[in-house]
This record gives sequence, structure tokens and C-alpha cells, in this order.
Amino acid sequence: MISLTINGRLEQVDLPPDTPLLWALRDHLGLTGTKFGCGAALCGACTVHVDGEAVRSCSAPIGLMDGKKVVTIEGLASSVGRELHPVQEAWIEEDVVQCGYCHSGQIMSAAALLAQVPRPTDADIDGAMGGNICRCGTYQRIRAGIHKAAEIAAGSANRVQGAATT
Amino acid sequence: MLRDPRCMNCHTVTDFPRQGDDRHRHIMNVLRGDDNHGVPGQRCSTCHQGVNQVNGVPGAPKWGLAPLSMGWEGLDDHQLADAIKDPSRNGHRTLAQIQEHMAHDALVSWAWEPGAGRRSPQISQAELGRLVQEWIDTGAVSPDSR
Repeated sequence: MISLTINGRLEQVDLPPDTPLLWALRDHLGLTGTKFGCGAALCGACTVHVDGEAVRSCSAPIGLMDGKKVVTIEGLASSVGRELHPVQEAWIEEDVVQCGYCHSGQIMSAAALLAQVPRPTDADIDGAMGGNICRCGTYQRIRAGIHKAAEIAAGSANRVQGAATT
Repeated sequence: MLRDPRCMNCHTVTDFPRQGDDRHRHIMNVLRGDDNHGVPGQRCSTCHQGVNQVNGVPGAPKWGLAPLSMGWEGLDDHQLADAIKDPSRNGHRTLAQIQEHMAHDALVSWAWEPGAGRRSPQISQAELGRLVQEWIDTGAVSPDSR
């Protein structure tokens, strides 16, 4: 039995330890926001957060997840105490999405980047997002969305800081 | 032996790792990062876990690049031996620790269980450890450049 926290909730998973985390999430726990794209860590559609880092869940065996803290696209906003994560807000504002299939993974990778680099450069974005593929070619909108998300997050931080000092 | 792609693909002097026997640049713009384990948003551990995966993604404990000081690309035999012996470049290791690293380190050991049909080095890790010990016992001489 493997115990891990998923979107803030402790889950007990009784699956063979070599089961990819992706299938534990989708088939066992019904969290279908994380997508299967390639099954070989080549597209990024399956990206989740494990202990704060972006991880391709198709290539992460559940047996290595014991005791870990996992966040999926379903729990991203609540993980930062918001209705929508700044990346999600930015994705809406910038109209980033076309078919949408890759975007749960894109958003998770972008969120992982912004958690460590609040004001990423284009080079930072290239490095973080190079493993997330978009067949619709929304890359320029993804880049704009990440810059917008950084602004949104900074604006929120300023509002909180302002409230704390008044 | 040390120039085998299973070793050299992570002992690069570039800001990226290499892949395959042809040593092409690692796909998907994977980068070294400040700590040799990737950049924010795409760490080595984003794709590589502690064991090989059935889908072909290789894995081993502490997957990542060797530091730039341990980059071996472009070095001749003499320079390579010097680099391995130099504590300022080899992670402050003694020769005994170098032998231990090559003979037993879990990440080094991956080269002999690389998975997915990848080729292993021509000699075994045990033989590598024996040869390194023999080199140490005979004075750890840096050979003539080749």
C-alpha cells in the first residue's frame, strides 16, 4: 500500500509499484485532468508536481511516490490558496489555448517555473518549457501567458503586502 | 573506457547533456542548470527517476550531470588522467575515493544496466574498478597524450 498526498488529501493506493503515477491518478483516483500524450516523457502532457517539482507522471512509478506530495491540475489553484492560479488566469486573459490537450501539462510546468523564478526571462521560459509540446503551435501565446502570469502574481503579492502594511 | 558514451554523455563541458551512442544533444532543450540537475521547471528529475522505466526512460539515483570541473570532452589521455587525479576538479576526492566512485557509485553503475537496449561499456564495472586500482597502485601516472 502506497500512501501519498494528492491535492492536499492523503490517499492510499494499492497498485503494483511499477504502475505509472499517471494511471494511478486517472484510472484509480479519477483525476483525469492530467493527460496521456506519449507515455515516454517526450511531450509533457502528463506533467504534475511532486514535492514542488514538475514531474512527467507517465514515467514516475507509483512505488517511488510513497510519502510524496503530489499536485495535479485539479488542485493547482487551491495549492496556492486561490480560485485560479495566476497561470490559469493568464491563460484565460491571453487566450492561450486552442485544442487544449497539452495545456494541463503546460500550465503545471509554467507554475513550477514561476514558483522558483517569479520573473522569468525568455531564456528561463525556453529552459522550463522545452519538454512541453503543443501540436497546435500555441508557443508564442504560452510565452506571453507566462509573462502575464508573472505580472498577475506580482500584483497579487503587492496587494497582499499593501494590505499587511495598512 | 571513460570516453564511452555511457560516461561522456554526462561528463560534458557544455550547458547540456548528451544522449545516445552518437552523443547528440539531449532533446527537448534540456539544460545543465546551476546545480547540474536541470533548470526550474525542467529538472533532471522531471523525467528521470531512480530506476529505469519500462517506457525506455533511463533512471538511477541522483540522476544529473557531472560538474563542469569533471567535464571530459576534448581532453587527451594525459589531461583526462590529470583531471581525475586533481582534487580541485574531481569533487575533492582522494584516489581511493575515485576508485570507490568508479567501482561502486550507483549512478556510475547505471552504465552497466542502462535499459532499453542501450549498449554497456566494453568492460565490466568490476574490471573498471580493478584497472583503476592497478593504475593507482602503479603511481597513477598520467599517460602520454594521445
